[in-house]
Amino acid sequence: MDLHLSKEQEMLRKMYRDFAENEVKPLAEWVDENEAFPEETVKKMAKLGMMGIYFPKEYGGAGADVLSYVMAVEEMSKVCGTTGVIISAHTSLCCAPIYENGTEEQKMKYLPKLCSGEWIGAFGLTEPGAGTDAQGQQTTAVKDENGNWVLNGSKIFITNAGYANVFVIFAITGITTDKRGRKKKEISAFIVERTDPGFSVGKHEKKMGIKGSSTCELIMEDCTIPADRLLGKQGKGFGIAMKTLDGGRIGIASQALGLAEGAIEETIKYTKERVQFGKRISQFQNTQFQLADMHAKTEAAKWLVYSAAMKKQNHEPYTMDAAMAKLVAAETASDVTRRCVQLFGGYGYTREYPVERMMRDAKITEIYEGTSEVQRMVISANLGVN
Amino acid sequence: MKAIVCVKQVPDTSGVVAVKEDGTMDRAAMATITNHDDLAAVEAALRIKDATGCKVVVVSMGPPPAEGMLRELLAMGCDEAVLVSAREFGGSDTYATSQILAAAIKKIGVDDDDIVFCGRQAIDGDTAQVGPQIAEKLGMPQVSYVAEINVDGKAVTVKRLLEDGYMTIKVQTPCLLTCVKELNDARYMSVGGIMECYQKPLEVYNYETLKDDPLIDVTTIGLKGSPTNVYKSFSPPVKGAGMMMEGADKATVDKLVSILNDKHII
Repeated sequence: MDLHLSKEQEMLRKMYRDFAENEVKPLAEWVDENEAFPEETVKKMAKLGMMGIYFPKEYGGAGADVLSYVMAVEEMSKVCGTTGVIISAHTSLCCAPIYENGTEEQKMKYLPKLCSGEWIGAFGLTEPGAGTDAQGQQTTAVKDENGNWVLNGSKIFITNAGYANVFVIFAITGITTDKRGRKKKEISAFIVERTDPGFSVGKHEKKMGIKGSSTCELIMEDCTIPADRLLGKQGKGFGIAMKTLDGGRIGIASQALGLAEGAIEETIKYTKERVQFGKRISQFQNTQFQLADMHAKTEAAKWLVYSAAMKKQNHEPYTMDAAMAKLVAAETASDVTRRCVQLFGGYGYTREYPVERMMRDAKITEIYEGTSEVQRMVISANLGVN
Repeated sequence: MKAIVCVKQVPDTSGVVAVKEDGTMDRAAMATITNHDDLAAVEAALRIKDATGCKVVVVSMGPPPAEGMLRELLAMGCDEAVLVSAREFGGSDTYATSQILAAAIKKIGVDDDDIVFCGRQAIDGDTAQVGPQIAEKLGMPQVSYVAEINVDGKAVTVKRLLEDGYMTIKVQTPCLLTCVKELNDARYMSVGGIMECYQKPLEVYNYETLKDDPLIDVTTIGLKGSPTNVYKSFSPPVKGAGMMMEGADKATVDKLVSILNDKHII
């Protein structure tokens, strides 16, 4: 695997870094303290093409590749986990399923507005009774006499929900029988717009981390949408959801990677300044070995994340790669940020320094878009261990 | 209409300043950036492009790696780039550089409604001479220290930033403006711009391209021909920590006056 970045990717990295340092980092504490969605930052990112990085230009995208998108999430997450996940959910969970499964009309209708950031995207799969068990869906979609789809049900923990204009929503469209004669829910995917009748955004969740990310409930009460909003074929929704989550996991793995790298950067800086027993704490072997371990683990995670991104770009199978990348990056982020707080000592526990925020932000990466346990299920299934 | 912008790649002086044994700056050992004032000039040109759709050409004299900087400027939205690069041009002072750049700009072509932009000065040499000398050589009006620009056809109204205030001047195109970094905040490169920047035209002008232009006297360019030579570069000694005094009362002021008196400052 060649991990040399192209000239364009090197230049993108530089631009992302400059942007993160000048536009995102100064707001990160405020975003967290006020649980504020960074709307202005999103507009600025959109103007620079960061809301549609790897989609082709004919659909309004910037025409770059998946690794270039991964680096954007990584660099934003180094300084603000909230900003990282806004791009990730919008790109991987809304733009990608429309790009990969949409009709030409759907792509032309939604992608240019999503890629330009005029519209923000979200994804609705999780329900109160259907988290890891995505088959446990209760939301239904039935065709009315006019050929429209009528959706009923609710979704929870939906990232970007409070600000999104377009939602990829999953619902039961019937009951089928599998090869062994067992009854199974037929799930289909739909594109729902915020202004559709019967659609509303409900309770805003108060979270431990990524506080500026808007996480809400979606409510559909006789939500009526035209027939052409069916995304992909009827009954293929579960596959679309799983494939979308494969891509989403690369985004979250990038967020986790960025959080770990950001915490290490902050900790290196701090340990070179903080003096105890007449020495900079960076001079103690414990600090040196801890940071060496953390950096090595984070670099290992980075290879997995970049490799998954490149496989997706090259249209190679990447389900297991994405699962491994997310598992390792998320657990690394949680471990690294916790150890960074420890190296900061008492100051690390205060909100004066960013590492406690990074530790809170990191925890979610082990949970959303498939828990670490789900990633282990995916990996072991791919290994044929059953 | 088009805008031609002169830019320079300079050592990043916010980091360590490396000096060679012979007293000249060790550029290879230092990170490079686009000169701040020049970035303001690029942004000014791009804003005119946003408003009028005009073409923006960036031109830089420097070693081959300066292409990287020019690509970044193309990624910001500039349309074409010219790299003026030759061993014979190396080590040129401002007199030599302005001859070469003037010839390069002439080769690019200056139309009646064009504007040539320069940064006020580069952070490495700090001379602020190249822009004005180019204007003289090209025989066009120049306005330096530009902090605001309004273009109305062939009339350009600019505000000059002076030490004690502003001066507003109206000038006709073609003209040359030297910009200060306070003029604007330069935009970021965009993702789409970066993806396109290696497809945009970048032409290299070497010694052969420019040597016969009458604006250039080949005996006065390069390190040997330049009338001025750098004798020594050094990092100034670090100043001691300053002293802070707080309070707006008479006692504090008296104390301050007495300290300044002791140091023979007043």
